[in-house]
Amino acid sequence: MLELLGLPPEASAHAAEIDRVIVLLHWLMAVLAAGWGAFFLYTLVRFRRGANPVARREGITAGWSTYVEAAVVLSEVVILVFFSIPAYSARVTGFPNAMEATEVRVVAEQFAWNVHYPGADRTFGRTDIRLVSSENPIGLDRKDPAAADDVVSVNQFNIPLGRPVIVHLTSKDVIHSFGLPQMRVKQDAIPGMVHDLWFTPTRTGDWEIVCSQLCGLGHYRMRGFYSVQAPEAFTAWLREAATP
Amino acid sequence: MPTFFRRYIFSLDHKVIGVQYALTSLVFLLFGFTLMLLMRWQLAYPGQPLPFIGGLFGVANAPGGVMLPEFYNQLGAMHGTVMVFLGVVPLAVGGFGNYVMPLQIGASDMAFPKLNMASYWLYFLGGVTMLASFVLPGGAANSGWTAYPPLSYFATIGQTVWLGGMLFLILSSLLGSVNFITTIVQLRAPGLTWFRLPFFVWGQLVTAFLLLLAFPALQAAALLQAMDRIFGTSFFMPSGLVYGGKVVAGAGGGNPLLWQHLFWFLAHPEVYVLILPAMGIVVEIMTANTRKPIWGYRLMVGSAIFLGFMSFLVWAHHMFLTGMGTSISTFFQTTTMIISIPSVIILSALFLSLYGGSIRFNTPMLFALAFLPMFGIGGLTGLPLGLASSDIALHDTYYVIGHFHYVVAPGTIFALFAGVYYWYPKVTGRLMNETLGKIHFAGSFVFINGIFMPMFIQGLAGMNRRLYDGGAQYAHVKDVLHWNTFMSWSAWGLGLFQLFFIVNVFLSLRTGKPAGSNPWQATTLDWAATSSPPLAHGNFASAPVVHRGPYDYSVPGTREDFIPQHVEHADGEAR
Repeated sequence: MLELLGLPPEASAHAAEIDRVIVLLHWLMAVLAAGWGAFFLYTLVRFRRGANPVARREGITAGWSTYVEAAVVLSEVVILVFFSIPAYSARVTGFPNAMEATEVRVVAEQFAWNVHYPGADRTFGRTDIRLVSSENPIGLDRKDPAAADDVVSVNQFNIPLGRPVIVHLTSKDVIHSFGLPQMRVKQDAIPGMVHDLWFTPTRTGDWEIVCSQLCGLGHYRMRGFYSVQAPEAFTAWLREAATP
Repeated sequence: MPTFFRRYIFSLDHKVIGVQYALTSLVFLLFGFTLMLLMRWQLAYPGQPLPFIGGLFGVANAPGGVMLPEFYNQLGAMHGTVMVFLGVVPLAVGGFGNYVMPLQIGASDMAFPKLNMASYWLYFLGGVTMLASFVLPGGAANSGWTAYPPLSYFATIGQTVWLGGMLFLILSSLLGSVNFITTIVQLRAPGLTWFRLPFFVWGQLVTAFLLLLAFPALQAAALLQAMDRIFGTSFFMPSGLVYGGKVVAGAGGGNPLLWQHLFWFLAHPEVYVLILPAMGIVVEIMTANTRKPIWGYRLMVGSAIFLGFMSFLVWAHHMFLTGMGTSISTFFQTTTMIISIPSVIILSALFLSLYGGSIRFNTPMLFALAFLPMFGIGGLTGLPLGLASSDIALHDTYYVIGHFHYVVAPGTIFALFAGVYYWYPKVTGRLMNETLGKIHFAGSFVFINGIFMPMFIQGLAGMNRRLYDGGAQYAHVKDVLHWNTFMSWSAWGLGLFQLFFIVNVFLSLRTGKPAGSNPWQATTLDWAATSSPPLAHGNFASAPVVHRGPYDYSVPGTREDFIPQHVEHADGEAR
């Protein structure tokens, strides 16, 4: 079923949990569609006026439909309680220790993704909206000592393989949505609020960040790139990017 | 003798108002559909000039015939707005509800005829306002039919006019719903007890309550957004906004999520406003054309009421990705699964109702039958969107578009077509042409699936909605991109087959077979009235008295296979 559905490749630790819910639900759909579809076609042929000129007022008297409905409800309950709630809950709770994770801020704007790395000191420099300019898209205060080694990358989001990533997500202007299809990550970036999300990449590769909320004229081209790199390659990239 | 204006323009008769609603909303449906046909060109052939008509839209929208993103976003926002608020709901409630409901309960008119007239004209005003917004500088609203701030805050003047239009439409809807509820409660014919009501009337009653209780939230939200835009308040504007490189003065302290909650508090019940009248129409047509009662009438009524109640408790499943924690998301996932139960029961009951019937495949019945699997697909594909975990992958993809269009287009709109074919003889005294009707059905059925089925494939692959170039930029969807052309040609094919319907509506006025008062040999009171019943509240020659339930078809021992509700005792019926 998973191949049949054609989802993007799974490249994060939790992707399979999400896909399992999708697969289970599509099995449920397939069974119901096949069963009811067969019943539907049968009644249309069997009870057409030509074959059944006089209707039977009492209709169907067998009680199996109650069991079908009960089975549908039961399947939904099982998928909800044992698969969906735990899978979603794991996305919004159980954050890894920041010391063992790669921590970044992502600030969305029309029509770009600004990625803010804290650098070697693991502390984000101060930002102030009054400092925002075309060279300084997130308004980073370079006078702040904590900002000295910070890296701001536009539309290129690099992350190391096998380590959890924590993203603090927000937006400068309108609502955007930070989508990483292969990671099964999607979260609205809402101005005035910061939302945290986390995931652990399990495959190296180069993919795209997809804006998933209508954000204006350039929404269709609000495309960023993200690369899951081997840890050494990531460290080298970050070091190089931090050098002025 | 009422003047021409009083008779046909500012009429107080529910039948004229019903026809006014129906014709106006059909025009809006066609208009909203045309907006989509334009969008489908850009999706299939991004950046290529629109053939033949490209020059009509002006330099501001389509220089050299090539659609700009500005124009595409207007078309998108207005397609949704027009279809939902000006097309489907006014046809289902204002059109069918107004015309059929008073007849079915044996009333001579609505409880408040003047309110009814005001309701139509406010709707008309709202529609004209929406249409007029296309000629403003910057064009019509372009922030989606959902109008999320802050995007809608920064939008052109068209957004303000959109809000004004919405205020008219909501006011119209509120007046209408008060009128419907009062009429159904107060004006039922003697003997027409609650459980003798045709299911159609139940559908309209629950719908009226939804409109009455849900729309005020959007009314308030639209006013607040208008104040943000016009008077510089900041209900939805957070602090620290930087737009176009500049700090936004005057914004601060508000929260854009407040809008989303208020919006979806209406817009989810609105889904059931779209679907319940459609179910009502389908039940009327299915009972008449299977010659047997509906399976589990009381269960269905209970389900419809439960559906209405629950629809107020699921709105935030549209907002799973706005940063919800475990407890809130669990609540809304659970309520969403609970609301699926009455839908499953109603749909199962409709399938089961076919069993043992003597099915006549006329045009209204074909559309009504097609409603069942189409609504089924729409409902089932709602499951992965209603669960927060799978929604992470599918939110804002074409899967969503496929899902709700299956509910609304081959679902509700097919039911509405069924209703037009079914009640046309009541309105005009003549049947619609069956051959043209069947061609219309076959073509529509094939092409509408050609549009919406590939959306699931694209959505699962991760193709996002609302993209001006149809996703052409993105590498991960390149294998499913080719469906865009297929879907667009299906859409244009669907448009072609609507010509058969339009021609049929006009042609049958003159050439249709005379119908008599009860062409379908149906049982409900609407068929006891003469066809094309006289205006000025003269629905029934004498006030009907009801003696039985709504669907006394194929009662054993009787000479005919139906007993109308107002008949006290039929020949051969056991006493």
